Amino acid sequence: MKKNLLSVSLLLCFAIAIGALAVVSHADESSITGAGSSWVYPLVAKWSAEYTTKTGIRVNYQSIGSGGGIAQIKAGTVAFGASDMPLKPEDLKAAGLIQFPTAVAGCVVDYNLPGIASGKLILSGPVTADIYLGKITKWNDPAIEKLNPGLKLPDTNITVVHRSDGSGTTFTFTNYLSKVSPEWAQKVGSNTSVSWPTGVGGKGSEGVVSYVQRIPGSIGYVEYAYVMETHGSYARMINSAGKVVSPTLQGFQDASAHVDWTKAQDFYVILTDQPGADTWPISGCTWQILRKNAPKEQNMQVMKFFDWGFEHGQAMAKSIIYGPLPPSTVQAIKSYWKNELGYGI
Amino acid sequence: MNGSDVVIGIDTGPPSEPEASARSWRLSGDSLFHGVAAVAAFIAASTLFGTVIAIALDSRLSIHTFGIWNFLKSSEWNPVTQTFGAFPFIMGTLISSAIAMVIGVPISFGIAVFIVEIAPAWIKRPVAGAIELLAAVPSIVYGLWGLVVFAPVFGNIEPWISNTFGKIPGIGALFQGPPMGIGMLTAGIVLAIMILPYISSIMRDVFMVVPASLRESAYALGATTWEVAWDVVLPYTRSAVIGGIFLGLGRALGETMAVTFVIGNSNTLSASLLMPSATIPSVLANEFTEATTKLYVSSLIYLGLILIVVTLAVRFLAVLLIRHLGRKEGVKA
Amino acid sequence: MRAVVARRRIVDVVSKTLMAAATLVGVFFLFWILWSTLKFGISGMHWSLFTQDTPPPGTDQFGLRNAFVGSLLLLGVSMGIGVPIGLMAGTWLAEYGFRSRTADTVRFLNDIMLSAPSIEIGLFAYAAVVAPMGHFSGLAGSVALSILMIPIIVRTTDEMLSLVGGDMREAAIALGAPAWVVITKVTWKAARAGILTGILIGLARITGETAPLLFTALNNQYFSSNMLRPVANIPVVIFQFALSPYTNWQEMAWAAAFITVVFVLALSVGARWFLGKVQVPK
Repeated sequence: MKKNLLSVSLLLCFAIAIGALAVVSHADESSITGAGSSWVYPLVAKWSAEYTTKTGIRVNYQSIGSGGGIAQIKAGTVAFGASDMPLKPEDLKAAGLIQFPTAVAGCVVDYNLPGIASGKLILSGPVTADIYLGKITKWNDPAIEKLNPGLKLPDTNITVVHRSDGSGTTFTFTNYLSKVSPEWAQKVGSNTSVSWPTGVGGKGSEGVVSYVQRIPGSIGYVEYAYVMETHGSYARMINSAGKVVSPTLQGFQDASAHVDWTKAQDFYVILTDQPGADTWPISGCTWQILRKNAPKEQNMQVMKFFDWGFEHGQAMAKSIIYGPLPPSTVQAIKSYWKNELGYGI
Repeated sequence: MNGSDVVIGIDTGPPSEPEASARSWRLSGDSLFHGVAAVAAFIAASTLFGTVIAIALDSRLSIHTFGIWNFLKSSEWNPVTQTFGAFPFIMGTLISSAIAMVIGVPISFGIAVFIVEIAPAWIKRPVAGAIELLAAVPSIVYGLWGLVVFAPVFGNIEPWISNTFGKIPGIGALFQGPPMGIGMLTAGIVLAIMILPYISSIMRDVFMVVPASLRESAYALGATTWEVAWDVVLPYTRSAVIGGIFLGLGRALGETMAVTFVIGNSNTLSASLLMPSATIPSVLANEFTEATTKLYVSSLIYLGLILIVVTLAVRFLAVLLIRHLGRKEGVKA
Repeated sequence: MRAVVARRRIVDVVSKTLMAAATLVGVFFLFWILWSTLKFGISGMHWSLFTQDTPPPGTDQFGLRNAFVGSLLLLGVSMGIGVPIGLMAGTWLAEYGFRSRTADTVRFLNDIMLSAPSIEIGLFAYAAVVAPMGHFSGLAGSVALSILMIPIIVRTTDEMLSLVGGDMREAAIALGAPAWVVITKVTWKAARAGILTGILIGLARITGETAPLLFTALNNQYFSSNMLRPVANIPVVIFQFALSPYTNWQEMAWAAAFITVVFVLALSVGARWFLGKVQVPK
């Protein structure tokens, strides 16, 4: 009895192993892999779920941060990399890459203050920079109170949450802080990964929201869809026009209204701290990066997917507050593909 | 001349064709088997060197760029300027492990002594089994529990800690900071719980092998249980106990998942234990898949090299002490 | 004199209390962890965990099918690599190496590898398999897991085979059996319970291991059985879902953690029960 059990179980193990290896040759022709920005992840997840039901092609996207997306596409281990920090034209050329934008959205500051509802707290760029520099350490600091007359702020420590991984959201956020705070620009600067003066590091936007959810008195920065989907609390900001604004589709799209995408080389555009009465100050975009010398079939699959998104995915995008690109930009993107790769759709 | 004569090996004259081939089949079967076994043993033995060599090879770029001493003492970990330094992570690893040892070793000792010397027979096995179960829990579950269940509770205890210990002159700075629940101290505590089963089970095995005559003569002289444990059993098993402690240390140094969940992932060195930190394993877990440049990847692997060298030394000493020096104490290795 | 005796008695009582307290602390944390896993795990259990694949974030769906299958594949291939190597290496130690210098050196090195940090093994698998292949793969993950498993199997096989009495071997040799037949048909058979225990313990060791899979097998949100590409697996899914802010993902992380703990405990307890039935002279 025991001998049979033993033989059977060992046989089973080897059978699984052999079976697994036998299945190895199963080719995944009907799927493409992408990785990168967690900023754009809610949008790509929604688009790919719908795309699979419509076409049967699976878009496997891993949200590992813009830094990871750039690394993976450079290494050729994915079909497309997504980054919220656009690569400079010289860098693109040197690495044999092309990039194109997906949709505009906004980064918000989220907080965990029991008793203070979402949208009630108002912050300005300089004050946010000082919080993240570690200069403002308590919620009832005079600088914060000045922006929020009438709001009772608690005497608790501020726990700063930032990203622990290479993140385009970090780039957008620190880019904004560098513009509004000379001290930040000088001490910390702006990139997908910086030397944070203080705070706890969350992995991915998911990690940041998770920490903010768990730690009372904490503050973080994430793309707006994350706060929406998890019913978190966001702060209203004072934009470059001096007005208090909320994160809205209009606010994000206003940020790109002054920018001519079609004229920007390789669509290199920065959308933070743009002028406009209703403009959201921490707006941004995600760029999809392709390798020029990747197999044509693979690049075609990627282009088809995003073209589908531009064509049929706008309602979905708007439902999670991602602003579609203007039609002229979409046309420019298609021409760009043809020009850069020699083929297109 | 039939087959059975061949198998039994009776010398029935010069081997006929079937006999010769049977014998050579038998011989080559033996050589083949022996060869395969030897190769397998060689593979098992060389994984240690293979690991170190592969990791060392891939850190060459970073070693070239930063050297050894500079990398070890630099606190700047900046992927933007491509400057990398290991100091905060080395300190984070060492400090979190030190906390784990300071908390874990006495408790392990207490558990071992309790089970071996104090507990009545009917408690011994269930308690020993329960403690061993701690080792069976996967480390990611420790991490999950640590973040979701333990950290909020600990976050309520932290204000008390910073109010009492934070006021002590000298070491007060170690206990300042907002009550986040996560951080260096939390990581150290979770690590301590994780290494309890390893250290205590080695201590337990070793204590049990102390000759009964030694114990009984001590009791006969009127020694108390504590005195027998501290003055008779412990000195007798000293090297194996130290080996067990080193084993626990090795585990604490290399632990990844439990630490990554609760340490807070801050790459800056902070004076306070209540503040977030990072260890070599946690920074590897967080940043490896996203390293953008060859130098970044190489620097991360360089961190891994430092870790493996340190844990190798610790584990080498541990095995040496438990196996070989412990042998004289009659420890079953 | 009386003062000395009294002091010693106090020390004895105090220390006994502290020892008991220490044990209570250990047992307390064990129950706390198991209780939390049970509580959150059960509330996250749904039948669809086994029939649906991992869903996108922020929905009400629950599914872990691809992760379960992926993990089984990883474990299976790891065993396919690790069990033969471990078994043969342990056999070499017990049947050919005995107590020679070489054999003892191999045992020493093996013992050191028993406590190797799993993230280091993951780095090695990255350098040895992922980098040359150019992409992540389940195969790399299995290589890493098998390196973690081999030392355990080597050690238990070595010990169990050494326990087999010489008489049985001698009887087989006397009958003219070649060495390899003696080993496989007699010695292995006699030690099979112990060897199986070692395999079970090795399996328990690698179930739930996350760090080595982080940069080898990676993860896959879809169902895939292709071991030459990233493959979904339970530990990395737990890592990703637990650190996310989405409730359906968080609940699934706990359910997966619960199932993992049950599986590992069943293996560990089963292995020990099995071992208890084997003669082990201490």
